[in-house]
Amino acid sequence: MKITILAFGIAKDILGARQTTLEIVEPTTAGSIKSTLMEKYPDFIKLKSLALAVNQEYVDDDTLVKDNDELVIIPPVSGG
Amino acid sequence: MTWQFEKQHTYPRMKVDLQVLETPLQIESCTAFVQDISCGGTVVFIGTVRSQTKGRHVIGLEFESYIPMAIKEMKKIAADVGEKWDVKRMCIQHRIGTLDIGEIPVVIAVATPHRAAAFAACQYTIDTLKETVPIWKKEFYADGSIWVSAHP
Repeated sequence: MKITILAFGIAKDILGARQTTLEIVEPTTAGSIKSTLMEKYPDFIKLKSLALAVNQEYVDDDTLVKDNDELVIIPPVSGG
Repeated sequence: MTWQFEKQHTYPRMKVDLQVLETPLQIESCTAFVQDISCGGTVVFIGTVRSQTKGRHVIGLEFESYIPMAIKEMKKIAADVGEKWDVKRMCIQHRIGTLDIGEIPVVIAVATPHRAAAFAACQYTIDTLKETVPIWKKEFYADGSIWVSAHP
């Protein structure tokens, strides 16, 4: 299954693009997607935190990711 | 990317206006929205772009947001605020895009019958927004730029 992941803030700079696609084998979890991203782009390891949002909600690493889910990399937020 | 939202949200006991905007924030529209004859106190927090941070001279800021999730997280804050305090009306507006020194990235207004709750709810809202709402700030200096809080 091919998934598309959107990136904001420093995550966009690390990817060098607003989005990336990953080839994954189902079933897969948010945690394994994060690990794949950290392997492919080691700069993610240097961040204070790294979260994944699935369908506009923060998820635990155990959350299963399905086809057509909206996936977004959430680096440390800094609004206000 | 563009997303469309209804801008006002109705909760059981309060009225809420939550917005992420690319245009300059209007403080008066926030304070006008929270006026309510049952409320004796309104507290307004206005965040302003300052000219220096940790001794470095800042020349400007850029904010970006994952807007649909930002609105969802703001709704959660509003729901929490409604549970914790007797808030009748609240407004959160956050700006995105490029801002100069002295411009306003965020306005929060909270109206309650008695003032103590308005101070507490407003403080809770800005503190929680900074922790949970997917908005990112990039600071520009004469000699470079950084995404704020990205690294330990």
